[in-house]
Amino acid sequence: MNGFTFNFDGGYAAFFVFAVLIIAGSVLMISTSKVVHMVMSMAAVFLGVGGMYILLDAEFLAFVQVLIYAGAISILMIFGIMMTNHRDAAAEAVKPLKETLAAVGALALFGLLFYAIRDADFTGMDGGRMVPEEDNTAAIGVLLFHNQVLPFEIVSVLLTVAFIGAVVLAKKEAE
Amino acid sequence: MLASYLTMAAILFCIGLYGAFVKRNAVVVLLSIELMLNSVNLNLVAFSKYGAVPSLTGQVFALFTIAVAAAEAAVGVAVLIALFRARGTVKADEFDELRR
Repeated sequence: MNGFTFNFDGGYAAFFVFAVLIIAGSVLMISTSKVVHMVMSMAAVFLGVGGMYILLDAEFLAFVQVLIYAGAISILMIFGIMMTNHRDAAAEAVKPLKETLAAVGALALFGLLFYAIRDADFTGMDGGRMVPEEDNTAAIGVLLFHNQVLPFEIVSVLLTVAFIGAVVLAKKEAE
Repeated sequence: MLASYLTMAAILFCIGLYGAFVKRNAVVVLLSIELMLNSVNLNLVAFSKYGAVPSLTGQVFALFTIAVAAAEAAVGVAVLIALFRARGTVKADEFDELRR
């Protein structure tokens, strides 16, 4: 009993659509030569992952994913590309040895992971046991402000420090 | 269904790993790292629904990961802009001061 049980229904069809979106977007990200196109295909990947969150009953997280990743981080990366040089992106010198090694490494890691996933025993873990909350957002809010208050505050401090640091780093030096 | 999500996340992680190894433009390396972080989040959320102890904590953990990833992306782009101002390039393999 490995966990690959396929009963074809709407959820499975949606999973398939999102999976195709994610894989096509990420492969396009690797293979296209213009950097802006890479960011656009990454936005497709982020949207696909957001769709998978909806399939997994994580509506709030899907919303956050679309806002933060497909919105903010894509735009941030486009700004990063625009503020650095993006014209000579097409002139990529190929390093066959390095690329082959990287491909072999990534494929070997995937083979290992796939073997482990196939071999793992997921019996009795086929979902449905977590009753989805009426209101996913409210439940996450309660959890965030009762059990996880300290990590929440630490993350807010971290974000503040990181953004002030980013502003200081990217600011033009005063002569 | 859990194994399908895990395989999906593994594919995403390996593509991100390959991109982070191969790409020379440092902005694209940052994007590949975001890809890997996304695959980790997918795993967390999948286990929060299908895992042995299903609960919302996995989703909260994914939220924290997203916050840290946002901070990382902001600082990364800022460092790249500063580097570009100093060196005039964002090619990742031309930043090799420490190797000399």
